[in-house]
Amino acid sequence: MQHQEKKVIFENGHLASKPLRQFLQVARGAGLRISAAESIDAARSVSIVGWNNKAITKTTLSLLLAKSPEEKSQFDHIFELYFKSQEFLKSTTNEHKEELDKTSNNFNHSDFSQHSNELTEALLHDDQATLANLIAQAANDIELENIRLFTQKNLYTRRILERMGMRALEMKISAQLEAQSINELSDIDVLSERIHTLRNSVRDYVERQLLLFGRAQSEQFREELLKSSRISNLNAQDLIRMRQLVRQMAKKLAGRYAKMRKKRLRGQLDVRRTMRRNMAWGGIPFVTHWKQKRIEKPKVMVICDVSGSVAAMSGFLLMFLYALNEVLSDIRSFAFSGTMIEVSDILESESVEKAIEKILEIIGFQSSNYGSSFTDFDENWIRFLSPKTTVIVLGDARGNNTDPKVEILKNIATRSKQLIWLNPEYESSWGTGDSDMYRYAPYCKQVTVCNTLRHLENAISEIMAHSA
Amino acid sequence: MSNTQNHIQSIQDIENGLANTGYISNTQISTAVFIAQQLQKPILVEGPAGVGKTELAKSLSTWLHKPLIRMQCYEGLDESKALYEWKYGKQLLYTQILKDKIGSVISDSDSLNGALEKLHNFGDIFFSRNFLEPRPLLQALEQPEGCILLIDEIDKSDQEFEAFLLEILSDYQVSVPEIGKISAIVPPLVLLTSNSTRDLGDALKRRCLHLHIGFPDERLEEKIINSRVPDINKKLLKQIVSFVQQLRSLDLKKVPSVSETIDWAKVLILFHTSILDTDTVNETLNVLLKFESDIETARKQIHTLTQQSQRASEIS
Repeated sequence: MQHQEKKVIFENGHLASKPLRQFLQVARGAGLRISAAESIDAARSVSIVGWNNKAITKTTLSLLLAKSPEEKSQFDHIFELYFKSQEFLKSTTNEHKEELDKTSNNFNHSDFSQHSNELTEALLHDDQATLANLIAQAANDIELENIRLFTQKNLYTRRILERMGMRALEMKISAQLEAQSINELSDIDVLSERIHTLRNSVRDYVERQLLLFGRAQSEQFREELLKSSRISNLNAQDLIRMRQLVRQMAKKLAGRYAKMRKKRLRGQLDVRRTMRRNMAWGGIPFVTHWKQKRIEKPKVMVICDVSGSVAAMSGFLLMFLYALNEVLSDIRSFAFSGTMIEVSDILESESVEKAIEKILEIIGFQSSNYGSSFTDFDENWIRFLSPKTTVIVLGDARGNNTDPKVEILKNIATRSKQLIWLNPEYESSWGTGDSDMYRYAPYCKQVTVCNTLRHLENAISEIMAHSA
Repeated sequence: MSNTQNHIQSIQDIENGLANTGYISNTQISTAVFIAQQLQKPILVEGPAGVGKTELAKSLSTWLHKPLIRMQCYEGLDESKALYEWKYGKQLLYTQILKDKIGSVISDSDSLNGALEKLHNFGDIFFSRNFLEPRPLLQALEQPEGCILLIDEIDKSDQEFEAFLLEILSDYQVSVPEIGKISAIVPPLVLLTSNSTRDLGDALKRRCLHLHIGFPDERLEEKIINSRVPDINKKLLKQIVSFVQQLRSLDLKKVPSVSETIDWAKVLILFHTSILDTDTVNETLNVLLKFESDIETARKQIHTLTQQSQRASEIS
């Protein structure tokens, strides 16, 4: 892929400079999607505006590479990060020269340092600029930019140190230790201490580069993991990312749905209406009428269990409910544990965190009673069901041995278009203990296990396909 | 590198040129226009409503003396309304005329084959440019001097329509099945605007430069208001801008945008206001805020906001 791209850029007569090529790679690593065509454009426009004015170069590249406000801020961050390290490299090379001149003039060399190489000298004088430069050079030589996974950290650290001549230095030290004299001993002590520091700074350097270059892979890996892990096992930090994923997914589903909705049948003449329209012109068909198939907007009612038995799940279910609420226009949401309330307004008016908090505060974590909750629904909202409505129930069907009121669910099923039950428990535990799943199941069009993000995505996309 | 200076100069040119038409641009906007011209790529302008997305296209058109062709997108917009349509009525009339004249065309041939031969030689103009009704996109391609094509609120259109735009955006040509390809005489400068009510497709984004215009900072907003409402006094201007900037930081359903600030400034001038006080703000707040709940939220803060804006104008 990369080779191809280099070739393409070259053939177009705009040889992308190395910093640009590397920057593109870094940007990709950070999660920006940059196609080959875009990198050609980037090379072309950079060749027009040049590198002299950093602000303009940055704006230009940002125009071409970052395609949303989030990506823009991401881009700004990467751009600064990347070109700062580049500038650092340049400036250190200069400093390094001056520094060397200075030290060689007024430093009294000991025996040891006279015979040692650049690395030893730099270490001995604690010359940070030279060391940084050496690290950067070595990293460049061993192509550190290929680092992808955090497991490669030690490998690359060792390679850089070797490249800097660490092994030779260590051998020298041990040789000196054997033929030690008191004067040199302190030198060696100092040296070993600084070698230790050097190791750490090389490791830091590798870590930073991993952040730059390896982010894509680790990010993908994490997302895959998140999508297929049980929601109740996630920690708070994962939940934040999960929220983004849920949003993305809801958007995707809504997009797909909108497409289905707009699929109209065009191209067949509606003869009857055409003739009627054109009577005024003596039957000559000046105005045509075409047969069209309209697909109804989805009507969805979601009933969500937020009781103690699904506590670990309910935050997530509500999160999804929130996302769904944002993308579907005709949706009413209800939450229950012992009794049922409508939460559409809360979801509509609050931010996601506040909405979830508020709902859980009002009704969450009590012991669940499916029977009485369904009775609430029967009394207050069942009249809003129409043959076009899809009803989704999210819950584990564990009603603490209360009357499940199956007949109400049956009623809901007959009055709606379809009734779907998403259960966070595995099928093996349905019907065990106080689970009434199998008593409800006959009236549901579909009962699905749903405890990972991927389950949820599949279930919802199926629902939408059916209701379209 | 020697000609870089020239190019930077011309980014500056864009800024100056736009400023002459009363549009205060910034480096980002000017660079976008510059690169768009150099690479012949469309610009996709995103940002909240009322920050001057559409205005940019209008000002470009004034500055470059090129016609502005505007296409407003909406749900259900299709190619017959955006690109071209056959003049069905005229075609029908043509066939009626043809029916009358066909006798004279083939009268001197005696065999059926001869008549068919005649008919084949007879020009087929039924699907020709004469019967083509150009809509905005086709009009834009047919402008001899080039033009500014503004595709407004692309996010309101359907996804299919987006896909349909791809050909015109990347190659500046369209295909009419009955005629063939129609290419632009002079590639137009295309601007698409979006309020991000939905995510646009990647294919479309890839073909465009992505320019995000956010709310301007205090200094820029002062410049903008000053250029749009020239006869405003400096002190009032500073107060207005400082007030609106603070208002934006409140938790509102719809924050006031630049166009609302301009309206407000105009209203205040009509009221002969020379200094912003709590009463004036109270009376005119509905110019800035469009929701009753927002006005309620803001009303509680008016006193502090007004005082702060007065202080801000005194400091500078």
